[in-house]
Amino acid sequence: MSQTDPDLKRRAGRRVGEGLIAGLLFTCGLVSVLTTIGIVVVLVTESAGFFRQVPLVDFLTGTQWSPLYTDQQFGILPLLNGTLMIAVGAMVLALPIGLTSAIYLSEYASKRVRGIVKPLLEILAGIPTVVYGYFALVFITPVLRAVFPGAGVYNAASGAIVVGIMIIPMVASLSEDALSAVPRSLREAAYGLGATKFEVSTRVAVPAALSGIAASFILAVSRAIGETMAVTLAAGATPRMTLNFLESIQTMTAYIVQVSLGETPHGSLEYKTIFAVGLVLFLITLAMNLLSNRITTRFREAYE
Amino acid sequence: MSLQDERFEPRLARRRRNGKIFQAVCLSSIAFSIAMLIILLFDVAKDGAAWFSFDFITSFPSRIPDRAGVKPAILGSLWVMMLVAAISFPFGVGAAIYLEEYAPKGRVRRLIQTNIANLAGVPSIVYGILGLAIFVRFFGFGRSILAGAATLALLVLPVVIIAAQEAIRAVPSSLREAAYGVGATRWQVVRHHVLPVAMPGILTGMILSLSRAIGETAPVILVGALAFVAFTPTGPMDLFTVLPIQIFNWTARPQAEFHGLAAAGIIVLLIVLLMMNATAILLRNYYQSRRGG
Repeated sequence: MSQTDPDLKRRAGRRVGEGLIAGLLFTCGLVSVLTTIGIVVVLVTESAGFFRQVPLVDFLTGTQWSPLYTDQQFGILPLLNGTLMIAVGAMVLALPIGLTSAIYLSEYASKRVRGIVKPLLEILAGIPTVVYGYFALVFITPVLRAVFPGAGVYNAASGAIVVGIMIIPMVASLSEDALSAVPRSLREAAYGLGATKFEVSTRVAVPAALSGIAASFILAVSRAIGETMAVTLAAGATPRMTLNFLESIQTMTAYIVQVSLGETPHGSLEYKTIFAVGLVLFLITLAMNLLSNRITTRFREAYE
Repeated sequence: MSLQDERFEPRLARRRRNGKIFQAVCLSSIAFSIAMLIILLFDVAKDGAAWFSFDFITSFPSRIPDRAGVKPAILGSLWVMMLVAAISFPFGVGAAIYLEEYAPKGRVRRLIQTNIANLAGVPSIVYGILGLAIFVRFFGFGRSILAGAATLALLVLPVVIIAAQEAIRAVPSSLREAAYGVGATRWQVVRHHVLPVAMPGILTGMILSLSRAIGETAPVILVGALAFVAFTPTGPMDLFTVLPIQIFNWTARPQAEFHGLAAAGIIVLLIVLLMMNATAILLRNYYQSRRGG
């Protein structure tokens, strides 16, 4: 309508409006940058208050974590230990199952099977984490306790297994993307030399997609480290230096939830611990995500 | 020749057998995931069916399991969902339009894009910490629906932006060029030609983001949603609870009755999620058939 309008004044006004809209849209784009800045500023400034009272060395090397008790100890190692147990345990389950699922979907499955399996995996990926927590507590833990009578009501194994189940779809779908990106010609060359499908899959397709698969593993570990509700419900609230999966432990995320659920006064040292723990959590996951991104970018360069 | 064949054939059989075993292993991996999904759904249905009723949906939570319900949690979740949509839609779509249609290729655009990718990998509980410090304390929203919704809006923003970008990128450039050709300004091209075509994709992404927001627990706990709410929220500044927190609270109790309530709560949550996903699919199909015709 207005483009046929010969009134030049109006067209000039239209240009002012254009600039305004461009500015508004730029502001929208800026929100995401501000979010990152906000996260960093909040974590750093609030942690700074914490580290004025607790020396950084004690925080990073202490083997006891008890900020909510009268004998306050602020060594984060037990929480890191718990987090790593969950991440390692989850990966022991999710890595082989996720990768072999991806190989099946990309190399073996017919179109029809893919059409059924992929939506099912998406449903598994879309189930809220609190539901997984419930599943761990009422199904996985009782099964574990029947098999290992020594296991507690809350134990690291249950948390690790449920987090593993949760991240299988992620490993499977990202690894499958990497496998599908391997050029067909590589596979055909191997078949031409007389390789069987098994050999083509494991000795050609998987090695060719290795960087993409590695990137998916790292992202999955990062996700396992940041996972909160399932671990809070299943693995317990006992920070300790143990490697026994049948014992109750506490992860960094579960600790943050524990403090938030309690009546910790704002501004107290206990309150500030969640920012210090949050900062450690943020830095670990950020490092892993950046690493995964770097690996994926290199991978893309190889085949495009 | 025949000697070579004799040496070769047994190995081929073994190689083929190994292949069969490997295929079976891969297939059983998939079967494991599907079995877990079935067990999970079956378990929830079995435990929750007895507690799931009309009264359960319309009652307030109670210390007596028989009288407990999820009314405030459902209303809280609906409030949060509406506000998350109202906040994340304009900002998310605006950012996507900026990145796809306005931003010059260069450092700023790359910075924003990398930043969005990294934000998508930040654990949800870290958003909760951000929300606690910024919305609850700094802006003084308190433990309100608004604080929870603003936090979750930031959480899903990367997903909304990425989905909207994909939808906008899929709009054929011939459409833009035709509009520019008859003298339309950049915003007119976006407003009248790009957005209408991209809208189904954008809306689908939006609904999927909302279904993520509605299932989130940890960030909402951080901003202080309550476990026990015996009133219905009436405005964005009210105290509130949401379905996942009510489920968490019941699950964390030792008594079996409360586990039954938790399972019934999960049924409600999964039905809501199912309805949202079905809406997204219907929406996509509707627009696709309309565009095709």
